[in-house]
Amino acid sequence: MKPTNPKSSDLVLSVQGVSKAFDGFKAIDDLSFYLGEGELRTVIGPNGAGKSTFMDLITGRTRPDEGTILFHHDDGRDMDLTRMKEYQVNRLGIARKFQTPSVYANHTVFDNLLLSLDRSRSLVRALFYKPSAEDLEEIDEVLKTIRLTERRDEMAGNLSHGQKQWLEIGMLVAQNPRILLVDEPVAGMSDEETERTGELLLSLEGKHSIVVVEHDMEFVRQIARRVTVLHQGRVLKEGNFDFVASDEEVIQVYLGRQKHEEVA
Amino acid sequence: MIKLPEKPLRPFQSRTEEIVFLLLIGMVILLPCLNGMLQEGQAFHVTGFQLGVWGKYLCFAVLAMSLNMLWGYTGLLCLGQCLFFALGGYAFGMHLMLMIGELGAYKSQLPDFMVFLGYTELPTHWRPFYSPTFAILAAMWVPGLVALIFGFLAFRSRIKGVYFAILTQALTYAAALLFFRNDFTFGGNNGFTDFKYILGADIREESTTRGLFIASGILLLLVYMFISWLLTTKFGKIQEAIRDSENRVRFSGYSTTHFKLFIFVVSAIIAGMAGALYVPQAGIINPGEMWPTKGLDIVVWVALGGRGTKFGPIIGAVLVNMLKSWATRAYPESWLIILGTIFVLVVLFMPNGIMGLLQNLRAKYWPKGPERGTGEDDETAEDAPVRNET
Repeated sequence: MKPTNPKSSDLVLSVQGVSKAFDGFKAIDDLSFYLGEGELRTVIGPNGAGKSTFMDLITGRTRPDEGTILFHHDDGRDMDLTRMKEYQVNRLGIARKFQTPSVYANHTVFDNLLLSLDRSRSLVRALFYKPSAEDLEEIDEVLKTIRLTERRDEMAGNLSHGQKQWLEIGMLVAQNPRILLVDEPVAGMSDEETERTGELLLSLEGKHSIVVVEHDMEFVRQIARRVTVLHQGRVLKEGNFDFVASDEEVIQVYLGRQKHEEVA
Repeated sequence: MIKLPEKPLRPFQSRTEEIVFLLLIGMVILLPCLNGMLQEGQAFHVTGFQLGVWGKYLCFAVLAMSLNMLWGYTGLLCLGQCLFFALGGYAFGMHLMLMIGELGAYKSQLPDFMVFLGYTELPTHWRPFYSPTFAILAAMWVPGLVALIFGFLAFRSRIKGVYFAILTQALTYAAALLFFRNDFTFGGNNGFTDFKYILGADIREESTTRGLFIASGILLLLVYMFISWLLTTKFGKIQEAIRDSENRVRFSGYSTTHFKLFIFVVSAIIAGMAGALYVPQAGIINPGEMWPTKGLDIVVWVALGGRGTKFGPIIGAVLVNMLKSWATRAYPESWLIILGTIFVLVVLFMPNGIMGLLQNLRAKYWPKGPERGTGEDDETAEDAPVRNET
């Protein structure tokens, strides 16, 4: 938590030389990763490439064996995320969406967003919190973004799978984060839903830095700006979609296996 | 499928709830009146014995509500709720023991069991319990402190679900074994009994019975209002959110550890207060009260009445204990089998208990609720039903 060096250009996140092993298996191996302000980054990689562990490390769920993960704060300080608890990391402005939709099924869509706003999150303040006009406006704004305004008073448990995923993305947006980590947002979605999810993420580009982990190559093509390919816990390649997709090595470890399905 | 409520929670969610709450208040006033103002033999006279039994039911109902706070609304199944109840009971029981004075069998200032075990003077930690205020406060902070320490260790280590349940059971088992020991200074397996006076009043007088019944009733009403209020706050919503998706809450910037710990401690304090009022009415407290089976009983009350509903725990606690009073006399051998059968049937056919059943019936016959009016009072269900999972 101590200030190290002045704000390094316009990065929000620097992952430097991070390794993490589980029972001797190196899930993440000397990984370095830099995320720019407002950037939309897509991370792909075959199963077991370490994508989920990577997210766990950033969000404080898992501690790395070595390496540093720095969050470059607005005020110029660099915060070491490897020593913080999940909720502390989150309060810095790093929001995470899980693979399976995690919404509060027995609360309304409105309440789901209300609980996600970045205020009154301590125990005592939660007891006496009253939403202000500004809070309500913000929720309305998010509802518009995720196109769920009409379902505002519906129980989240009654939403369709795709709507739950959007609601969860909305819950991240309501936190007003600097970084959005989105884990496989289109798994189990119809083509139309997938496309709308892509539009949603693209509309958030610039307002937040976004990292999307995804399997679905069609979807990656839709949203891809800069793509990072993970393989065996390392960054294999990084570049724009066409560069990565045409790279021999990438095709060999990843695309090659999928291409048959994709092309067909 | 149960219809879910469409409005955010308010202190009283529906007119039905207001009516039932008023009925509860009425009962707390009426029963002591029927006991005190009518003569024995008159119609509607409530005997002191009956009133005493209902006073105990009310304590059990409060105990069930404390578990419901944890299990129903926060998703934390605690099998050791009986421990907090018993600790509260012991704390107040210590005061009652000291109030016996020289009326005990050994005519000593010391409680009988101490004379029997050869004590010559009162152990230091017993002395403050001459003060009723201290004893009442101890009935709250002792269970609260135990919950705080245990909860801190458990929640910090992310112990939850079945593991949390088993640990709480182990905790109450360990405590029971400790209290069974004579040298633990709490009367060993006999515990405390033969109380004579409570706050200067003879404990066998019917007026005392009435007073204790009213006190239990007031406790129940206050706890009910507190839990209702809590559910309307953002805190209460987070409580339910933790039950439904704890990770989401944690990754929304909340320390779920703090929230769970707070609820655990509050629920232990409520259980302790119920225990403190129970002991003078039951006339006895011993380590059997913290035996693991007692903890399971409470779970059955809540499950039968309706987990995660406001009235469910009250209904469940009263019904099961009425049934118990009857069955232990009529079929003493098979009481436990009856209880077990009820639990199995509830789990199989009524996952949301009696309240869930009522809600289902209501949704079926009055699809939009009978009291549709201004829109403000438009409710379709009393409480958010809980999905059938632990």
